[in-house]
Amino acid sequence: METATTDKLTAKDFSSDQEVRWCPGCGDYSILKQVQTILPDLGRPREEFVFISGIGCSSRFPYYMDTYGMHSIHGRATAVATGLKATRPDLSVWIVTGDGDSLSIGGNHFIHLLRRNPDVNVLLFNNQIYGLTKGQYSPTSEQGKVTKSTPMGSVDYPFNPIALSLGADATFVARTLDRDPKHQQNVIKKGYYHAGTSLIEIYQNCNVFNDGAFEVYTEKGTKKQNTLMMENGMPLLFGENNELGIKLDGFKPVIANLAETSINDIWVHDETDLVKATILSRFYDDPTVENHFPRPFGVFYVNNNKQTFNDLFNNQIDFAKKTYGAGDLDKLIAGKETWVVN
Amino acid sequence: MTNALDKELESVVIRFAGDSGDGMQLTGTQFTNATALHGNDLATFPDFPAEIRAPLGTLAGVSGFQIHFGSTRINTPGDTSDVLVAMNVAALKVNIKNLKKGGVIIINSDGFDAKNLRLANVPEVQNPLHDGSLADYDVKIIDITKITRAALSNSGLGTKEIDRCKNMFVLGLVYWMYHRPIENTLNFIKAKFKKNEAVMNANILVLQTGWNYGETTEMFANRFTVAPAKMESGVYRSIMGNQAAAYGLIAAANKSGLSLFYGTYPITPASDILHELSKYKNFDVKTFQAEDEIAAICSSIGAAFGGALAITGSSGPGIALKGEAIGLATMLELPLVIVNIQRAGPSTGLPTKTEQADLNQAMFGRNGECPLVIVSAQSPADCFYMAFEACRIALEHMIPVFFLSDGYIANGAEPWKYPSSADLPKINVEFKKARLADEEKFMPYQRDEKLSRPWALPGTKGLEHRIGGLEKQNITGNISYDASNHEFMVKLRQEKVDLVANHIPLQTIDNGEEAGELLILGWGGTYGALKTATSLLIDQGYKVSHAHLRYLNPFPKNLGEMLSRFKTVVVPELNNGQLVKIIRDRYFIDAIPYNKIQGMPFMSTEVVDKIKEILA
Ligand code: SF4
Repeated sequence: METATTDKLTAKDFSSDQEVRWCPGCGDYSILKQVQTILPDLGRPREEFVFISGIGCSSRFPYYMDTYGMHSIHGRATAVATGLKATRPDLSVWIVTGDGDSLSIGGNHFIHLLRRNPDVNVLLFNNQIYGLTKGQYSPTSEQGKVTKSTPMGSVDYPFNPIALSLGADATFVARTLDRDPKHQQNVIKKGYYHAGTSLIEIYQNCNVFNDGAFEVYTEKGTKKQNTLMMENGMPLLFGENNELGIKLDGFKPVIANLAETSINDIWVHDETDLVKATILSRFYDDPTVENHFPRPFGVFYVNNNKQTFNDLFNNQIDFAKKTYGAGDLDKLIAGKETWVVN
Repeated sequence: MTNALDKELESVVIRFAGDSGDGMQLTGTQFTNATALHGNDLATFPDFPAEIRAPLGTLAGVSGFQIHFGSTRINTPGDTSDVLVAMNVAALKVNIKNLKKGGVIIINSDGFDAKNLRLANVPEVQNPLHDGSLADYDVKIIDITKITRAALSNSGLGTKEIDRCKNMFVLGLVYWMYHRPIENTLNFIKAKFKKNEAVMNANILVLQTGWNYGETTEMFANRFTVAPAKMESGVYRSIMGNQAAAYGLIAAANKSGLSLFYGTYPITPASDILHELSKYKNFDVKTFQAEDEIAAICSSIGAAFGGALAITGSSGPGIALKGEAIGLATMLELPLVIVNIQRAGPSTGLPTKTEQADLNQAMFGRNGECPLVIVSAQSPADCFYMAFEACRIALEHMIPVFFLSDGYIANGAEPWKYPSSADLPKINVEFKKARLADEEKFMPYQRDEKLSRPWALPGTKGLEHRIGGLEKQNITGNISYDASNHEFMVKLRQEKVDLVANHIPLQTIDNGEEAGELLILGWGGTYGALKTATSLLIDQGYKVSHAHLRYLNPFPKNLGEMLSRFKTVVVPELNNGQLVKIIRDRYFIDAIPYNKIQGMPFMSTEVVDKIKEILA
């Protein structure tokens, strides 16, 4: 039974009465759990949260949240959310989308959302496959991917969502993983507190159609060698015992071994530096090739100096009301030139 | 002082025609305003070039503006014109066929030089100024370019800027011919060029030069007076269709106490609604120019979810892109108004030309069974009332509503005895209130007697709920894949549309007897032409009546009964037969289609001829 009281909320209060219908073992479960876990900590009444999704496995998300929600149409959650946030800036608006939803059919709205910068949060579940339609390659699938629609391997080059977002002037760009609950909670919370669009790419395992796509970044044996956990103000270190680091040689990043390089020469992450964020976004190597760069996780970039779309949009309304006074309908309809017939 | 004699006329049709750079639309609009203020009834028809950026001087680049004004009721811009202003050869060539024999042609001779002849594909030997082809007309040849340049020789302006004032000469001259006041235009020029005094003075000087030309030369034997029309008493203004639509939407927002959100993407001929609405932010009007048509409607759906009066506007090609989202709005059962200013299609079609060919699109153009409400405006001023109605129905029934207009009435103007805001009905909107702790769980698809569901806004305590495009169970709104539930819900959404018929006016006969030989059944922008045609037929003794539909889905409840009172029903439409098929299907009558698909409105005379042919 639902309650409508103001007692401190718990994760359970955010869970709807609908049976969760993702495949057992799907990475989506973890994301749902982390979001339900952090929402009570945000100090906001439940009724102010709105989750808007498009179409795809990830887009079932709103049904499982006991908040306001809309399961809209393929690729358009971004546009629906923009209209809602423009008219209701008081709400906390979240977009739940996938790689097909936001980067293929909804690609246009995705870049325009980031360009406009409304204060919304985007959870981009990237599983590098089409799950709901049962296994076709997606715009983030690696080239050569053999799927039902590409028996000889896909010929398309994949999108790099982080680089794309930076290119579209996003003001908060981060990446996290379904298998790392703490990291996920941390990043999503940061995104929530950012004023502007927060783009959070979440590597999400589709254990049915693309199992293990991210396992080098999540499994014990390979994780440390292949992931670069970025912390603002901290040197960019990785490796089994953090014995490796990233150094900048001009604009060229190089992997340095701390046995030969002073820690003082290692690049210190500055999430407000767009140029450096752009370099980090290009750490997108195939983890099977030799001397590849580690894949970065955490916050790439934050820009707190760009006004939000909802503020700019509503400031004009407020300014017009202040300057011209509330509109007079009769004056509007009559216009400036009238005549009388007797 | 002039020797011209004053002659009184009942009505006049003037067509201003020139290259798209000649400022004919502005000239026509100014003349319209002055004529409206003078108290004549009027109707206008801006006829834009088919190509937006056609080459200078060519036939494709001709821009026309026709105005019909009089001391009697005027319903159409006129089938043929009494006066033609032709700024160049191309303008003459395109428009001469619709000039009455003996009509006046005012010619700018500079536009008939070798270059203009070549651009209009007229051989030198066939120069209409010299080959005798204009013998049947009263031709006034004036070197407007030369006179304008002479008048402005000391203005300090360059030739290009000087030549841009030519249209003011025409306006001044025509004002003189028809005794129109020029103050209105003087004020307009002063406001428009307040930042550029040289250009302001130049325009004023040329306007006066045109007036003086009529006054001082002996070229014109007559001046004409057209007495104010005997219209219903009251206060009037001149209004264009898109402007009226914008005001209707704002009025609906005001009468429902909501803020207005207009999500749109620029498209001819709908963009003027965006331009107009974007000026009125102090009315709490929020306009959003989206990245595309789909985002435009989806942003409006988001705004509707949040409790705004949400509207999306476009023309046919844009509506095609919005189709899936219209289906979503139908499933969500949120109020949404979809404005379609129709133009000739399919695809890009003829963007600047009018047509009524999107009725099928509005009625059927989505996947699945997706009925929604459709209303349409019949004249420029009617755009106000029907845009308002579209909002009223959407809000009071929680349903998407199509508002159909077309390029012809969107850009046309007419005098309007405008209402006061107190005369407009209140629109009843009630948001679902916060749920108390001891209340039952909120049911998002609970229904009232109109079958509409509660509007529960995010931010309201205790009403958290999810809506979406998947089929749902009635009342709870939970996703349901149950086979019989789907059939139930499809029928229910249809019934919800049908029930709107209880909340709209009954159909009336506009002109003619309540029963008889033949009924002309029209819809949309053909109203004026059909009304005039019906009057002409009645005057000639024919037993003909005219009814005009403004509610197209659902139809007014008495429509079937009304149709049964006539032996023959004719449905004239600017399409290949769309309403007629629905009428035949719905009422099992042998309605006769009459179609014109030329991107142009009906002429009353062609309707008269057609009806006579049917009656013969
Ligand atoms: S198909 Fe893949 S992404 Fe979809 S629910 Fe199943 S495991 Fe998850």
